[in-house]
Amino acid sequence: MPDAWIVVLILAAVFVLMLLWFIGMYNTLVRRRVDADNAWSQIDVQLKRRYDLIPNLVETVKGYATHERETLDAVISARQHAVNITSDAAHAAMKAQAEGALSGALSRLLAVAEAYPNLKADANFRQLQEELTSTENKIGFARQHFNDTVGRYEETRQTFPTNIVAAMFNFKERQYFRLEEAAQREAPKVSFS
Amino acid sequence: MSTPPPSSSPSPTGPNRAERPIDAQVRKLASAYPGTTTYLDLMRKNRRQSFWLVVLMIALGVIVGAIMGASVGLVTVSVWSSSSSADAQHAPPVWHTSTLLVPSMIGAGIALVIASLGAAWSWFDGANAILGMLHATPLDRTLDPELYNVVDEMRIAAGMPMPRIYLIPETALNAFATGRDPEHGVVAITTALRAKLTREELQAVIAHEMAHIRHLDIRFSMLMATMVGLIVFACDAFVRIAWTGLRASGTRGRSSRSGKGEGGAVAIFVILLIIAAILAVVAPLFAKLIQMAYSREREYLADACAVELTRNPQALASALRKLADDEEPLVDLANRGTAHMFIVNPLRKMRAKHQELNSPFASHPPLPSRIARIMALLR
Repeated sequence: MPDAWIVVLILAAVFVLMLLWFIGMYNTLVRRRVDADNAWSQIDVQLKRRYDLIPNLVETVKGYATHERETLDAVISARQHAVNITSDAAHAAMKAQAEGALSGALSRLLAVAEAYPNLKADANFRQLQEELTSTENKIGFARQHFNDTVGRYEETRQTFPTNIVAAMFNFKERQYFRLEEAAQREAPKVSFS
Repeated sequence: MSTPPPSSSPSPTGPNRAERPIDAQVRKLASAYPGTTTYLDLMRKNRRQSFWLVVLMIALGVIVGAIMGASVGLVTVSVWSSSSSADAQHAPPVWHTSTLLVPSMIGAGIALVIASLGAAWSWFDGANAILGMLHATPLDRTLDPELYNVVDEMRIAAGMPMPRIYLIPETALNAFATGRDPEHGVVAITTALRAKLTREELQAVIAHEMAHIRHLDIRFSMLMATMVGLIVFACDAFVRIAWTGLRASGTRGRSSRSGKGEGGAVAIFVILLIIAAILAVVAPLFAKLIQMAYSREREYLADACAVELTRNPQALASALRKLADDEEPLVDLANRGTAHMFIVNPLRKMRAKHQELNSPFASHPPLPSRIARIMALLR
């Protein structure tokens, strides 16, 4: 009779351990997915920052570079276009394209600014320029971080034995953030000299 | 505030750059890595090695504890059998398992408990002490928005909360990170290094410091340092106890001459003293070796992780070259206990000896080796 009890106890212990392991795998999957969602929203934070900086930049440049109407308008309309696209999975490609176009317009504006020594000397402009350069970098790094978290999530989701848990609870595949053109990956090169 | 030099990143391998001895050394070392090496490979390798070093350190602590426990057991039995000869036949024999095994396990247990307590203590012994020692001041964001932004960029890439930033008013080139977890992270950089680096190099240096914070290196370094301290302390105490015991039993043996028991006790204490002496020499040495090997692995790991964050190995290599050119140590401001927190070894003596050499007692790998590993990523 004691032998039977020992067997029952061992089986119960094994079952509890398996259950804990299972819970651990499930929680890891959830954690990775939350990380990815969080990383995605971080990109939006930086994009929003850029929208907020642009009106200031345009005003400052207007004061000095009176003949650059066209470049300024391009920036304003590119911004407006990007703002109007909602940031969700369905519009991700469209949004990325619009943001890429905005990056291009901004880099042209900053290149044009090089021709105006007074503008370049303006403390306000220099500060905006630094903030804008940094924001471009932050957008890039936030996207990189998003892809890192997606990579970790996908690795967990696809490797054994977590793939079994993932299939049971329908953990869906996450898409990496990809830019259509290599040119869009480049943040505008801003020179300080 | 010093203005940074133009950010048109100068290529460290540019044609106008004069070939220096370090370049040849770097090339030779870099050829040891397969051409397909990625930062992920480097990180995996480093993680594996640091894991085994931690295991080794804990094992060493447990062995020291076990030997001491066994010795205490031996002493108890010998004193028991010699003091009351009537009970001698009831006393377990000296080499019985219970006299060695049980006390040695108790000793190992005590060592573990003390190590955990020590680690817990060093955990809350904050980052502020070292910042105060270095006269570091918190960065005013408006005075150096570029530095603030670079740190912000790197913490976004790492997905971490924003660390506190400090400037160290020093002419030496160095930077360090501290804080027990990412929520309490601190990065500090000397004003001289900040002025000397381009934006991209600054990113690389900050990314290296972020990596230390992200991997909880500060916590583990503290744990390692605590373990070393405890092992040294325990061995020292052990020698003293054995020595005191030997003298006590020796005097008693001579004054009373009451039998063979006293002579036995003297012999036991002589053996004990020999064990203690060997332990006192060997254990701290091993502990130090493990600690430094661990520290070097973490430096390599932080370099690899910095590249993961910036995706720009060139910038880190070029920043490390600038650091290699610097001869000036952080005099008086850093000691052996804090050296591991810095991006390059801040101590003059250690630097002169170990900058170019691979020494088992160095807290940092030689810079050419570090640059070589980074350059291996560029091929």
